[in-house]
Amino acid sequence: MHAFDFANPQSVPDAVGLLQKHGDRARVLAGGTDVIVQLREGRRSADLVVDIKEIPDVNVLSYSATTGAKIGAAVPCYRIYGNEEIAGAYPGIMDAASLVGGIAVQGRASLGGNLCNASPAADTIPTMIVHSAVCTVAGPSGTRQVAVEDFCTGPGRNVLESGEFLVAFDIPAPSANSGGFYLRFIPRNEMDIAVVGAGAYVVLNADKSKFESARIAVGAVAPTPLFVREAGEALAGQAVSDASIERACELARAAASPIDDMRGTADYRKHLTGVLTKRAIQGAVQRAKES
Amino acid sequence: MSSKVHVQARINGDDVEFLCEPRQSLLEVLRDVLGYTGTKEGCNNGNCGACSVILEGRLVNSCLVFGFEIQGKELQTIEGMGSPEELHPVQQQFLENAALQCGICTPGFIVSTKALLDKNPDPTEAEVRYWLAGNLCRCTGYDKIVRAVLDAAKAIKNS
Ligand SMILES: Cc1cc2nc3c(=O)[nH]c(=O)nc-3n(C[C@H](O)[C@H](O)[C@H](O)COP(=O)(O)OP(=O)(O)OC[C@H]3O[C@@H](n4cnc5c(N)ncnc54)[C@H](O)[C@@H]3O)c2cc1C
Ligand code: FES
Ligand code: FES
Repeated sequence: MHAFDFANPQSVPDAVGLLQKHGDRARVLAGGTDVIVQLREGRRSADLVVDIKEIPDVNVLSYSATTGAKIGAAVPCYRIYGNEEIAGAYPGIMDAASLVGGIAVQGRASLGGNLCNASPAADTIPTMIVHSAVCTVAGPSGTRQVAVEDFCTGPGRNVLESGEFLVAFDIPAPSANSGGFYLRFIPRNEMDIAVVGAGAYVVLNADKSKFESARIAVGAVAPTPLFVREAGEALAGQAVSDASIERACELARAAASPIDDMRGTADYRKHLTGVLTKRAIQGAVQRAKES
Repeated sequence: MSSKVHVQARINGDDVEFLCEPRQSLLEVLRDVLGYTGTKEGCNNGNCGACSVILEGRLVNSCLVFGFEIQGKELQTIEGMGSPEELHPVQQQFLENAALQCGICTPGFIVSTKALLDKNPDPTEAEVRYWLAGNLCRCTGYDKIVRAVLDAAKAIKNS
């Protein structure tokens, strides 16, 4: 591994100052489960590694039934699913947080790292998209908000500019009669990268017979995790039925533009997109009915 | 260019100080700087669990932690579990169940099992298999390992 220095800033402005000064020769370290491997294998290089974990703002984990959840960018998965309030409010996010790697990876891996790493197959991104999570990004000119669905720009690339880093996520409180769900297909039962992943968040009407609104996102079928806005919109106002769900799945399949690789062919991934979208919607509906 | 970092931590209850390069992983620090060679290197990329250690009470892969990150922290390694005279119950059950062949994966499995049983003293077989999914073994086929873990849970409960 190329030699580098490290810094552990204690505040957001200190971190921004370091990132601005070192530009693209600086690399943020959260849980390290992607970046340490990338530095070791020479896929990334840095002169300065900026460990953000001592900054209080990236470690926040709080929930209110009115304003929703705030999850610091560096909070590891085990703390998220270990928080009863947050786990209870967002089971669809817990589905993904408890899928990332195995137990030892979840001891370190963060949602911020998963998003910034911008893998098309990242498990927590589709579910954060369907839950309408918004990022707070800090940089030289202050902070700005970016919706998770607008954050990734290509494989391994994101909207962050020089001197910027991701501080935290805000996730709206779940609506009444709502449910979220995420699942993926992998050849193993655990510890593998998604061939396809699908997340859904649905809001049902008072007697739970119709969709009021829905959001659908899929992973590993495009250069970035994909928000399929039209699939969710097609469900709004429709009865909860096989026909309405099938229509949304067709739209998700149509939006997918997968590639062939060692995990699966493009055709297979297209097919799986439909199957998993259906299961994600059905899972979300089931949770909404139980809510 | 980069200067060495001075790190102080508690390892298996002992105060330890060392110098390391920022780029050295905790695994490299343990094995090459401190001589704690019980922790093994398998894949060096987070997939095999041979390098498992318990950092601040959490199971982690030491190949995915930088040495400088343990400043002021509490670490447990395989060296802190049992002694040749008095094995830890998990070690004893690995022996009795013949849950190892070449042994390279064993320290990782034992540390990972300790982290499991500290949290969940009475796991089901499915819980054991999911917990240990991040530990790979090329030799045993896992069944004997899973039996050893379930027997260790019983032994700890009855002791
Ligand atoms: C064995 C193994 C299994 C895995 N399994 C899965 C899996 O099943 N599903 C999955 O989705 N991923 C998986 N991963 C990948 C990885 O664990 C996740 O992407 C994880 O969420 C990354 O988070 P981290 O905190 O470790 O990020 P880091 O490695 O610390 O950072 C990742 C990248 O994001 C940047 N970064 C991190 N935080 C910030 C920030 N706040 N602001 C700006 N930039 C930032 C870093 O510079 C780096 O480029 C696996 C990894 C391993 C080693
Ligand atoms: S050596 Fe660390 S997980 Fe394999
Ligand atoms: S005993 Fe050889 S790898 Fe497990």
